[in-house]
Amino acid sequence: MKVKYFAWVRERVGKAEETVEPPAEVRTVADLIGWLSARDDAYAYAFEKPKVIRAAIDHAHVKPDAMISGAREIAFFPPMTGG
Amino acid sequence: MTVSATIRIQEADFDVAQEIAALSKGRTDVGAVVSFSGICRGSEKGEPIAALTLEHYPGMAEAEISRHADEALARWPLQGLTVIHRFGRIEPGENIVLVVTASAHRQAAFEAAEFLMDYLKTNAPFWKREESAGGTSWIEARDHDDAAAARWTKS
Repeated sequence: MKVKYFAWVRERVGKAEETVEPPAEVRTVADLIGWLSARDDAYAYAFEKPKVIRAAIDHAHVKPDAMISGAREIAFFPPMTGG
Repeated sequence: MTVSATIRIQEADFDVAQEIAALSKGRTDVGAVVSFSGICRGSEKGEPIAALTLEHYPGMAEAEISRHADEALARWPLQGLTVIHRFGRIEPGENIVLVVTASAHRQAAFEAAEFLMDYLKTNAPFWKREESAGGTSWIEARDHDDAAAARWTKS
């Protein structure tokens, strides 16, 4: 699945998007954050406060307990400041 | 008649008067047009800023605004609805966002415009970064914006 990062999450991770293939036990958005955070310090820094991080699956907002199976695109970003 | 919203996510500026006219010109069923323009301030928390740069999530920005526009059309008797949100570098005094609502009467137009702006603030995937003499930094979300959006979910 494709993973996208925006704003300071993108800056901390060091890339705007990538394709990942998490193992089957990574089932929810929260699991994916944990799995990515374990990769290296850049991800750990981006996700150091998981409660602040917002997520979207296929262009719709989701909660941390949302299942990721079947998702084409998952995005992580800080609280929005548009308008 | 089915009313559909006009939604544009663009880097270019927009003409507020032209957008208002587009919803009301030549029509006799529109009795009220409300427009809200969000404009870049020249200071943030008392400090002067040179510009804002808005990052957005292409695809989701359109989808998220469309969902809220459809909800507004379902909740209020609107004759027209336009939402424009800019991205990229925007200097103080320039337009950032526009919501225009048209209805037979003012209450629906006012309420729908306020509903859309409250949701745009908290749910539309845009992020502002400010440029000032001290460098650049991401603007933090505000709790009162969440509270403003939450009141529309009360019955």
